[in-house]
Amino acid sequence: MNRHLISAGDLSLDDALLILDTADELASTAARPMKKLPTLRGRTVVNLFYEDSTRTRISFEAAAKRLSADVINFSAKGSSVAKGESLKDTALTLEAMGADAVVIRHSASGAPHRLAGWVRGSVVNAGDGAHEHPTQALLDAFTMRRRLGRIEELRVTIVGDVLHSRVARSNVLLLSTLGADVTLVAPPTLLPVAVGSWPCSVGYDLDAALPKADVVMMLRVQQERMNAAYFPSVREYSRRYGLDAARMALLPDHGIVMHPGPMNRGVEIAAEVADSARSTIVEQVANGVSVRMAVLYLLLGGAWETGEQR
Amino acid sequence: MTGTWLITGARPLGGEPADVLIRDGVIAEIGPGLDAPGAPEAPGAPGTTGAEGAADATAQRLDASGLILLPGLVDLHTHLREPGREDAETVATGTAAAALGGYTAVHAMANTDPVADTAGVVEQIWRLGRQAGRCDVQPVGAVTVGLDGAHLAELGAMADSAARVRLFSDDGRCVHDAVLMRRALEYVRAFGGVIAQHAQEPRLTEGAQVNEGEISARLGLTGWPAVAEEAIVARDCLLAAHVGSALHICHVSTAGSVEIIRWAKSKGWQVTAEVTPHHLLLTEERATGYDPVFKVNPPLRTAEDVAALRAGLADGTIDCVATDHAPHPLEDKETEWQAAAFGMTGLETALRVVHQAMVEPGLLDWAGVADRMSSRPAAIGRLGGHGRLAAGEPANLVLYDPGPREAVDPTVHASKSRNTPFRGLMLPGRVIATFLRGRPTVLDGKLAW
Amino acid sequence: MHAADRTDAPRRNGPPQGAPAAAASPRGAPPRDAQPRDAQSRGAPRRAEAPARAVLEPVEIRRALTRVAHEILERTNGGGDVILLGIPTRGVPLARRLAERLEQVEGRPVPAGSLDVTMYRDDLRLRPARALGHTEVPAEGIDNKIVVLVDDVLYSGRTVRAALDALGDLGRPRAVQLAVLVDRGHRELPIRADYVGKNLPTSQRELVRVLLTEIDGQDAVLLGATPDAAGREGS
Repeated sequence: MNRHLISAGDLSLDDALLILDTADELASTAARPMKKLPTLRGRTVVNLFYEDSTRTRISFEAAAKRLSADVINFSAKGSSVAKGESLKDTALTLEAMGADAVVIRHSASGAPHRLAGWVRGSVVNAGDGAHEHPTQALLDAFTMRRRLGRIEELRVTIVGDVLHSRVARSNVLLLSTLGADVTLVAPPTLLPVAVGSWPCSVGYDLDAALPKADVVMMLRVQQERMNAAYFPSVREYSRRYGLDAARMALLPDHGIVMHPGPMNRGVEIAAEVADSARSTIVEQVANGVSVRMAVLYLLLGGAWETGEQR
Repeated sequence: MTGTWLITGARPLGGEPADVLIRDGVIAEIGPGLDAPGAPEAPGAPGTTGAEGAADATAQRLDASGLILLPGLVDLHTHLREPGREDAETVATGTAAAALGGYTAVHAMANTDPVADTAGVVEQIWRLGRQAGRCDVQPVGAVTVGLDGAHLAELGAMADSAARVRLFSDDGRCVHDAVLMRRALEYVRAFGGVIAQHAQEPRLTEGAQVNEGEISARLGLTGWPAVAEEAIVARDCLLAAHVGSALHICHVSTAGSVEIIRWAKSKGWQVTAEVTPHHLLLTEERATGYDPVFKVNPPLRTAEDVAALRAGLADGTIDCVATDHAPHPLEDKETEWQAAAFGMTGLETALRVVHQAMVEPGLLDWAGVADRMSSRPAAIGRLGGHGRLAAGEPANLVLYDPGPREAVDPTVHASKSRNTPFRGLMLPGRVIATFLRGRPTVLDGKLAW
Repeated sequence: MHAADRTDAPRRNGPPQGAPAAAASPRGAPPRDAQPRDAQSRGAPRRAEAPARAVLEPVEIRRALTRVAHEILERTNGGGDVILLGIPTRGVPLARRLAERLEQVEGRPVPAGSLDVTMYRDDLRLRPARALGHTEVPAEGIDNKIVVLVDDVLYSGRTVRAALDALGDLGRPRAVQLAVLVDRGHRELPIRADYVGKNLPTSQRELVRVLLTEIDGQDAVLLGATPDAAGREGS
């Protein structure tokens, strides 16, 4: 495993399983009255969030604090960043503050790559543009494994705006590493031109895909896409690609419904589906903390060079 | 006033060794076994080698054994950034870089600040070039006012100005309005002008960052599809044919564009085209580390495109190499990809890259290099006095050592900017000397003053 | 990540990869009592690949565990409030075996589980991050119980120190005791075992290896000269 977690594609099968197994163990600490572990005491984790995302940030913050790390939150609004400070200068400031890990969310694809060149600590990608969101994919895989007992040969269907989705990219990479069978379903306008080279199948017909889906993952669709002619109207999108109760009934009995959030209830997912027993949306949140604890532990809990004392 | 120079043992266009006598800014003679004035050998006589120059003590000598001699290179596409972005480059630093690259003339693109869309601005740039004196600067005039793509600029005034503009381009932006492009093509016929198009359909490339394909899909960056270039190239070739005018395509980057241009030429239409050194060598794979030094417009493309561009340059479908030298200060490149500026420097590395990409694989010989990097660009730019290596011609020439192989080190470049994608890459060759009308601008690989 | 660290975790990796070649059978092992162990271990030069020798045979291990089980029952007044927690990896099957013996004698099941201490270790930053072992605390919890920690080898005492910290975060036992199969000396902290299967004085250049059927396919305690590539640190 690399000292940074920037792309799900950087994880080998062993790395991915290690993270999931570690998360399994750490999940049980959430049930204890004493939820804290002393492992990352003295380490500093910086949350560098250029995009608003309370949920993800809080998840990382909880994960770090449960490992007794110190957490510093840098949000773009009202900081030097808002005054136009460059990413590089922010990185140098964090470096001077002694950040052991920087969790970064940024609207530009590749921002974590650049950051990794400027800081000595570990960089964790919490979502960069349309590129990747590896901890989301890890918590999704963790959720699938907990609910269905395995990932290998699981049939996972991801539905929605794949073209602009970092969650989709990370999931396709991680799930194929873990041996799942991934299918993407979307209107052709929302699939990248080169999707044929990805390790997954592609389809345009959601009804045909659902009976063969152990997991269906709905992606958020932004209404602004309609203005750029990706689809004619929200109504048509919802009709052809929305998961309503009727479609949910097409799933096999054990089939589960996932969504990375935040949801557009009524657009890509009906309210009753989101609230049904098949939905894992709420447990995905708890699993997020366990998975992020595992990632932080594996990146910061040991030494990167034998004998190095940091 | 320039002195007399005797260059010995050079290999003109890579051929057999010969001497070159330069006098009063002009090539007096090229041939084997020349002396200084007094007793020149009859041309064609079997050489008695190295008869020492008897009379002229002022003749300076340059031992050019083993060096390739080419006519001074001519760049049809350079960004000198002055006026407006002197933090990135000035006419002085840009022409110094050009001279070090073996160039004796560069066409300075119009996307300055203010835009070069009036006689006043183009004359200012022209004068700055003459003052710096290291390389002829031929300003390019904008096609539209302020590059707005809507109103024709005063092309005639620019043509009549001291700068004598003949090449017009909105480079940086595409003249995407078909009617406006037609009018521009028609208008310049009056004075033998050429419209040089930056082919990029804007609606298909909104927010585009890299070539549209596997890499863009993987990196999560908005793609710049090849069709956005090819559609404009095809349209403009047809327009140029329809109105009987001369069209030049800037920085061709796709295999499809090459095919369209080949077809247009086969019909006898007046279409010329250029390719950059970086598009002859680098592919979109370079973007995978998100280092914006590889961010350029049009973007780096696939290996198939590179192969087609090389073949097109070899067979003459693409007429010339043009650097599209685009200097940017560090803060515009040391950022996340989508915030970074587009562009790469190129003047100081161009000849070496062409050597690597075209000469080493045997696609082009040195005579071909001279043609593509000097003669044809001079012809397209209607630039008299450049592009020819013969007795009687102005002594604009470059001596190039094809032997060494060194890593590119931008810290020693004369350009103010360091954004070269070839940083650290091993490239062959080194420019040893450049002469501008008989006066050396570069000697022993360094600026002569 | 170091896959080597993962081979200790018993789950998900298929058949255990534990048994190192050198321990397949204790070749050339001297007859049991033929040589005083002290003389052999103290500073005698050893070839780098000297095979490990068995210092406890399977039957001796069985007897030791039986004796320890009886000692636990004696000292805890019948074991009524006892919970056994084995420290992964090999402490866990040992805890289970002890629980079986306690149940056989008392006719009443004794809860046994596991307590992974990786997150509480004081030497984490010396090596790349380790895979975690499994923690399973019996449903009745540890509050007010007598927790008997079980491990295979007691060495520096740091693992037990970490286990005490871990226990502290899980609840408040009435008492904590320690049962080990082998005590090899060289304590670095004021920790001692309440129940010891075998006292084994060793030099710090020696490696003690415990093999258990549940993990390694056989029972043995081996003493070797140098740690091999997958060498374990002691407790």
